[in-house]
Amino acid sequence: MPGFTATAWLCIVALYLPILVLIVFSFNENRSVVLWTGFSLDWYAKALENDGIRHAAWVSVKIALFATVISTIAATMAALATTRTKKFAGQGLVYGIINQPLMIPEIVTAIATLSLFALVKKITGLTGIGYLMLAHAAFCIPFAYMPIRARLETMTLTLEQAAADLYAPPLKVFTLVTLPLLGPGIVAGAMLAFVVSLDDVIITLMIAGPGETTLPIYILGAIRRGVTPEINAVSTILVAVSVLLVMLLFVVQRRMQR
Amino acid sequence: MTGTEIARDRKAAVSARALSKTFGQGEFAVTALDSVELDIFENEFFTLLGPSGCGKTTLLRLIAGFELPTHGSIALQGQDITDKPPHRRPINTVFQNYALFPHMTVAENIGFGLRMLGKPAAEIRQTTERMLALVQLEAMAGRRMDQLSGGQQQRVALARALAPAPKVLLLDEPLAALDLKLRKNMQLELKSLQAETGITFVFVTHDQEEALTMSDRIAVMKSGKILQTGTPRDIYDRPTHRFVADFIGDINILEGTLEHTDGDLARVRLKDGTRVSAHLGTASARSGEVSVAIRPENVRLAGAAEAPTLTGVLETIVYFGAATNLHLRLGTGEEIVVRNPGAVDEGRYQPGATIGAVLQPELIRVLE
Ligand SMILES: Nc1ncnc2c1ncn2[C@@H]1O[C@H](COP(=O)(O)OP(=O)(O)OP(=O)(O)O)[C@@H](O)[C@H]1O
Ligand SMILES: [Mg+2]
Repeated sequence: MPGFTATAWLCIVALYLPILVLIVFSFNENRSVVLWTGFSLDWYAKALENDGIRHAAWVSVKIALFATVISTIAATMAALATTRTKKFAGQGLVYGIINQPLMIPEIVTAIATLSLFALVKKITGLTGIGYLMLAHAAFCIPFAYMPIRARLETMTLTLEQAAADLYAPPLKVFTLVTLPLLGPGIVAGAMLAFVVSLDDVIITLMIAGPGETTLPIYILGAIRRGVTPEINAVSTILVAVSVLLVMLLFVVQRRMQR
Repeated sequence: MTGTEIARDRKAAVSARALSKTFGQGEFAVTALDSVELDIFENEFFTLLGPSGCGKTTLLRLIAGFELPTHGSIALQGQDITDKPPHRRPINTVFQNYALFPHMTVAENIGFGLRMLGKPAAEIRQTTERMLALVQLEAMAGRRMDQLSGGQQQRVALARALAPAPKVLLLDEPLAALDLKLRKNMQLELKSLQAETGITFVFVTHDQEEALTMSDRIAVMKSGKILQTGTPRDIYDRPTHRFVADFIGDINILEGTLEHTDGDLARVRLKDGTRVSAHLGTASARSGEVSVAIRPENVRLAGAAEAPTLTGVLETIVYFGAATNLHLRLGTGEEIVVRNPGAVDEGRYQPGATIGAVLQPELIRVLE
């Protein structure tokens, strides 16, 4: 069907043309993002020297790393609890609703989180970047959980039983069989969580206090003052990081299928 | 002397007492095993035989410890192991789908059990090498599971389960995934491995021929119950239940009335009035309606001057090389198959002809 092939290519163009334009103009010599005058790396140099950008990037990475570690550990344990432990009260409920937040509009989650944190702040008086980190860790859980559970469900219990049959006590079964086999799922979950945290805007916008500006928030603020190739350069770096992670994810998933 | 009698003074490797397993609850409850009594002896090649869903795997999983029984107990060499977890039972399993560890090499798979038992590295290496030689996979030690053929995986699974020298080896339809030729080879290999190692094998199959050729003793199962346990000859020549008789090989079953018993012998009047004597075996009936069974090869064509036990109209002749089956329709409407060694005189045995058959009296059994 030639019509389908053409449509498929149209999808690719629709999806990647804007990004291509963004990348091209990040190398523009001129200050304009619509008028090409010549190639230069000046905007990258400028972006890397910009203290605001550097600080925002550091905040982003710090939060994303924290959120990735916490959410991946929590998601792994939750996935194990819903597929590998003895039946417990509410197991079916956990299994059914743990990734439902993906369906809730993010703005609702943002407002809900904001209200909860306001309450906590009022009671405890605590302030700081911890709130933002915790919020990221929480909303990353479903993303980390999905590939981990998918992996666990395709792993039959037979391998773990085979290990027990060969004299492995429960802890050894877990460390020598369950965990290594689950590895690709955990890596995929962690990378997904990292990317999702890195480019979150709505929740961050609501929760972030002064000095807690992440890269996407910085970009958002900067384009209000007009788009410059400097922003294109920062965005291109973000795209590059994401693409790299997605490529890694692809490799890991290829290994998972074996 | 029958196999059962020989077995009487042997030590039990595995015994099950009143063993039951129910899955689910209420109206969804499935009784997979129903009050099973079982003694599997040391150094025995023991087979669990039965149709799909009769509870063979469940029984094996209870012995391995993957499931807990709903009722009853299991003992290993006289010691109760009902509540012991699988990693503390000196029993190993060859899983139906092999369950090899995909993230380990062939050698690591085989050495896994010994490693878990805390054996020194040198011993693990030695035993692994011996096992690799035993299953003829020396050249494959460093391979991963996805680089092996089905038959090779089967051997790795076998070597891995044998390496820790278990007291009992459980095999759940280990040959089911192999093609016919490989399957026949592996049947012989398994049998000789069992003899060589002296380990008790508990083998599951639903293939009656496989069971007959490989086993020292067979337990025939149906709907969670063991119907009959005995040597292949016991099961084949002296089936106690209609189900057992039917499940294993071809059999003629005739209805009749039990008129009189004398020790093991019973006089049965068949529906057409013919009286035959039949062995009671373990059958409990002493009067009333009974079924008697006889294998087609124990029925022969009556000679010219011989008085036939039964006569019937020849319906079909099926020739298959070594023997010919003649299907006779009796006056009562019942069918009986006569297995004649070699071919028959086609001029004389034409469909529609009235033929006499002689039943060998010592091989007629009363069924439960
Ligand atoms: N975990 C389980 N939950 C519910 N029912 C089960 C479970 N395991 C087995 N059963 C049921 O118990 C019965 C016996 O199953 P089992 O697997 O022991 O049969 P089998 O003789 O091994 O059959 P097959 O030859 O098909 O492997 C079946 O009716 C099956 O549906
Ligand atoms: Mg089975």
